[in-house]
Amino acid sequence: MVRLIDVHKTYDNGTKALKGLTLRIDDGEFVFLVGPSGSGKSTVTKMLTAEIRPTEGRVVVNNYTVNNIKSSEIPYLRRTLGVVFQDFRLIDKKSVYENVAFAMRAVGAPQRVIKKRVPYMLDLVGLLHKARRCPNELAGGEQQRVAIARALVNNPSLIIADEPTGNLDPARSLEIMMLLERINSLGTTVLVVTHERELVNRFSKRVVALDGGMIISDRMGGYYQNETARH
Amino acid sequence: MKRLDISYFLRQGVGSIFSHGFMSFAAVTVMMACLIITGSFSLVAFNIDHMIAKVESQSEITVYIDEALPTGDAQALKDTIASAANVSKAVFVSKEQALSEFRKELGEDSSLVDGLQDDNPLRNSYRIFIKDVKFYGETVEALKKIPQVASVVSRKDITDRLIKVRSVVNAVSFVLIVMLGTVSLFIISNTVKLATFTRREEIAIMKMVGATNNFIRAPFVVEGFLLGLTSSVTAFFAQWGIYYYLGKTISAGFGLFALVPFSGVSQTAFLFFLASGTFVGTAGSLLAIRKFLNV
Ligand SMILES: Nc1ncnc2c1ncn2[C@@H]1O[C@H](COP(=O)(O)OP(=O)(O)O)[C@@H](O)[C@H]1O
Ligand SMILES: [Mg+2]
Repeated sequence: MVRLIDVHKTYDNGTKALKGLTLRIDDGEFVFLVGPSGSGKSTVTKMLTAEIRPTEGRVVVNNYTVNNIKSSEIPYLRRTLGVVFQDFRLIDKKSVYENVAFAMRAVGAPQRVIKKRVPYMLDLVGLLHKARRCPNELAGGEQQRVAIARALVNNPSLIIADEPTGNLDPARSLEIMMLLERINSLGTTVLVVTHERELVNRFSKRVVALDGGMIISDRMGGYYQNETARH
Repeated sequence: MKRLDISYFLRQGVGSIFSHGFMSFAAVTVMMACLIITGSFSLVAFNIDHMIAKVESQSEITVYIDEALPTGDAQALKDTIASAANVSKAVFVSKEQALSEFRKELGEDSSLVDGLQDDNPLRNSYRIFIKDVKFYGETVEALKKIPQVASVVSRKDITDRLIKVRSVVNAVSFVLIVMLGTVSLFIISNTVKLATFTRREEIAIMKMVGATNNFIRAPFVVEGFLLGLTSSVTAFFAQWGIYYYLGKTISAGFGLFALVPFSGVSQTAFLFFLASGTFVGTAGSLLAIRKFLNV
């Protein structure tokens, strides 16, 4: 559950990244957040993970109010989220299995739970057979699927993927989107940030378009339209 | 975290120490050196205290009789000496008596004086007890005036000098504790900082998936603690060895200044090493990971 109410964000150097953003995402939704580079998409995702706080307005994520969240509460907010990045952010020294298990250890999950849950997640992303490999032995699309398994392993209610296909070719990108769609169908809310128009238009999902720190369109089953993106 | 999994932090901490083994080794070595230097000065101060107490427990003034005088004549001086101003009691100590006392003091090293019976280098002496400390100086002067008296050694001379030495040693120890403590803190802190740097990716991921700050910090605190612990335990045994060896050398050289046996101070020394080592280790790592307070 995400609520942004008239959110402004001005960075320390004076850049106005968001200028009055109001957005509501309910549980179970699948939302594309689109817009040209520099339009404020990552600023939104960083606010959802409480890496940054709004300058003005109100941000509520899974019942945590980011505006005045205590730093001791931030870890607990993040446990309700799964985050996926363009650059995967896997640990090269650790095996695929260990990369996923690491996320569970970090929140103090007992070994016996980890042993059951990690293979289940790797199976879900189709990589159980590569559990003992290291990330750098995998193709980019496979690495991103490991990152998705890691994001999901602690059973978050919202997945935030910031340009998850930015480093992948179109075929792998489509696979990743279909995987996220499948995860959404299993009950997890999904927010995908992207600026790849063709990819977005292959799905019929809610599309929120940002430009210059403002929402310029928000339609169900919508398109990522040429004119709006080039505003 | 439902249950505090100490073995996890221990494994992480130990793993971290060995992942940059050379730096850890250097940190432990420097810290050991700091502990031993500080420990040595403290032991010197302790021995001086012990000596002061020993001198104070002995007679107040010792009067040495000219060695030219035969023992019988020396003994006959008793009345002359006892009648000097302010003297309450004069106890004669023959040179044979002095030698056997010395032998007793040497304990297991008594064989050092084995050949000395026939050619005793010690002198006949009197132990003087005085009536009133106020006239201490006058008494010493009066005793010096007796012609057969070779020298007068007053307790005050010795203790005054020892107290001066002790205050210098104490001051040096204090400065060393502060300086070397800072050095140790700095090196531990940098070792742990290096560990956090090697693991910065893991730390970023841990934060992203919702690890608490304490959970992220714990392995580094464990690392600092273990480095401190290793330093203090090895430093303790090294100090023991050094002290034992020095004690042997000193008692062979000048028996009267025999060191207090290590067993008498080992418990205190061990606690001192353990406490300061683990304190500096833990504090150093906390210093290094302060910035992880900020998310
Ligand atoms: N930490 C920062 N400090 C200053 N300006 C920033 C910072 N992060 C982003 N910006 C600026 O804010 C605007 C929006 O950035 P961002 O949210 O990253 O856009 P997007 O993800 O849509 O490309 C850009 O102009 C960017 O330069
Ligand atoms: Mg971005």
